[in-house]
Amino acid sequence: MSAATERQRNVLALPWFWLSVFVLAPFLIILAISISSATYGAPPLELFIDWKSGHVVFDVDFDNYALLASDSLYLRGFLNSISIAFETTVLCLLVGYPMAYVMARAPERIQPMLVMLVVLPFWTSSLIRVYAWIGILKENGLLNGFLMHLGLIHEPLVILNTPIAVQIGMVYSYLPFLVLPLFATLQKLDWTLLEAAADLGAKPWSAFFRVTLPLSWPGTMAGALLVFVPASGEYLIPELLGSAKLPMISTVLWTEFFANRDWPVASAIAVVLLLILAIPLFLVQGRQPAQGHI
Amino acid sequence: MAPLIRLEGLTKRFGETVAAEDVSLDIEAGDLFGLLGASGSGKTTLLRLLGGFETPTAGRVLIDGVDVTSMPPYERPTNMMFQSYALFPHMTVAKNVAFGLKQAKVSAGEAASRVEEALELVKLGGLGGRKPSQLSGGQRQRVALARALVLRPKVLLLDEPLSALDKKLREHTQFELMKLQDQLGITFVMVTHDQEEAMAMCCKIAIMDRGRVVELGTPRDIYERPKSRFVADFIGSANILEAEPAGPGRVALTGLGVSCATRETLQAKGWIALRPERISLSTAPAEGGPWPSGVIEAIAFHGDFQAYKIRLDGGAEVRVATANVPGDPEPGDRAYLSWPADAPVVLTH
Repeated sequence: MSAATERQRNVLALPWFWLSVFVLAPFLIILAISISSATYGAPPLELFIDWKSGHVVFDVDFDNYALLASDSLYLRGFLNSISIAFETTVLCLLVGYPMAYVMARAPERIQPMLVMLVVLPFWTSSLIRVYAWIGILKENGLLNGFLMHLGLIHEPLVILNTPIAVQIGMVYSYLPFLVLPLFATLQKLDWTLLEAAADLGAKPWSAFFRVTLPLSWPGTMAGALLVFVPASGEYLIPELLGSAKLPMISTVLWTEFFANRDWPVASAIAVVLLLILAIPLFLVQGRQPAQGHI
Repeated sequence: MAPLIRLEGLTKRFGETVAAEDVSLDIEAGDLFGLLGASGSGKTTLLRLLGGFETPTAGRVLIDGVDVTSMPPYERPTNMMFQSYALFPHMTVAKNVAFGLKQAKVSAGEAASRVEEALELVKLGGLGGRKPSQLSGGQRQRVALARALVLRPKVLLLDEPLSALDKKLREHTQFELMKLQDQLGITFVMVTHDQEEAMAMCCKIAIMDRGRVVELGTPRDIYERPKSRFVADFIGSANILEAEPAGPGRVALTGLGVSCATRETLQAKGWIALRPERISLSTAPAEGGPWPSGVIEAIAFHGDFQAYKIRLDGGAEVRVATANVPGDPEPGDRAYLSWPADAPVVLTH
């Protein structure tokens, strides 16, 4: 083996170690719990693999997965979470793409400041930021006060504890995850290409759809995934701003784990959620080489 | 006949910087017109004003009698070949070339045959399926050319079209471009910093300096009869000697103690420009003197000629390019200069 490949292997050893210990191992533990059965005790489960009187005993239990399929509560939870994550992703794209575009086309010297402004909210705990939205959205909150002061409305709007409030909170919280990778992609875009498109007869919108959008596709997809994946497991925002009126899969999982102490079902939910999220990820990955270079 | 392109008092400022200053210029249809200047002279800005990528601070641009000053690039009858080529990296060669046709809503069948034709024209037939990243620099340049030409513009704008190519390919491409221009009859406006390229290709050249057109004419005019020290020195190489009036058609060379005949008469203190290849060198004083003389400091062999660096007795340094010198002098030897009466060009500024 040449020195170069050996060095390459050494460099890769650390991330592989990290991934095995902190990603693969926990996942395998959850997978193991999900096919075990619940019981009273600490921990409250009987592992599917056991050592009894000198023999290895397997007791694989797929009932947890069967339960997920049979009780519509779980299905609704999954659908609610996925659909709110999808809506959040679409709204973030609609708000975030123009933001990233304007940032990328801004004069170079103010770009670091604009990035800073996008990142700035992260310096406050997300819990506090979501709490702040309660203050804004509640019946006698800032927004209603402002609108009534302007005379636009005469009765306070009921926003808090509705799906709209959840959506506002989600878009607000996840927007930077879309804006930053998209900005990085758009910033590298050669703007001469847009001049070339204009020169060849393309009006601005046409140039956008034929040149900018296809070339920023990798960044757009990366940003969309960074929003969609964590948004579908979001627990805090629906809990605080929607008062958990809509059963989200994250809320269901919490209940199973902490209230019902049914670790296997909770783990099965986690595994299914992971699979649902991994599928679009692999689909995007598969398309990457064709769209890859800018 | 009215000119195809007319620039009227065109001025472009970027904040404090003046990129183009009161440029008025006519370009005839069918010309291969060159905008020549050093970097920062405003030549590219002028080209971008023609293409519609910049809006002038003042002045007008007319193409074929139509005022296009405030017209965006996508409405102008011009197409540009960008210095970086600006090929769309996510599209194949054929899609790149078809881009403008699709935009103009040309039917798919016609578009396909026009793309094919354009690729044949630039000798890229059969490469339509490749991505730009799979092509060589020279091939990319041809795709850019085909993409602009396929739309049959009234004016093709070329921004340093050959600068990214190596020397051999550049010379070859010069001829290709000239042939294409002749064949298609499209007016070409070309920006270049390379004076040899401009001289070889263009039928008319505008020389730019600090945003202004300082001289306009055919390559031969500009080379043989430059009007300023800047142009004489910028185009080719020139020996510039201080001179004073010494009667009609005669100047005295300051500090050299000799005088010579000139075609124009110098009115006040000025200069003469002498091309190195117009000066003869000999080891004995030539007839019709007195001529300046000096010591040969260095000789460089160039193959088809030799370059001599001579320190004149008055202190000035003169370069002479000549094929042979009677007597075969060596560095350190004395040499006498002489030149025909039409060689010196009188310069007033």
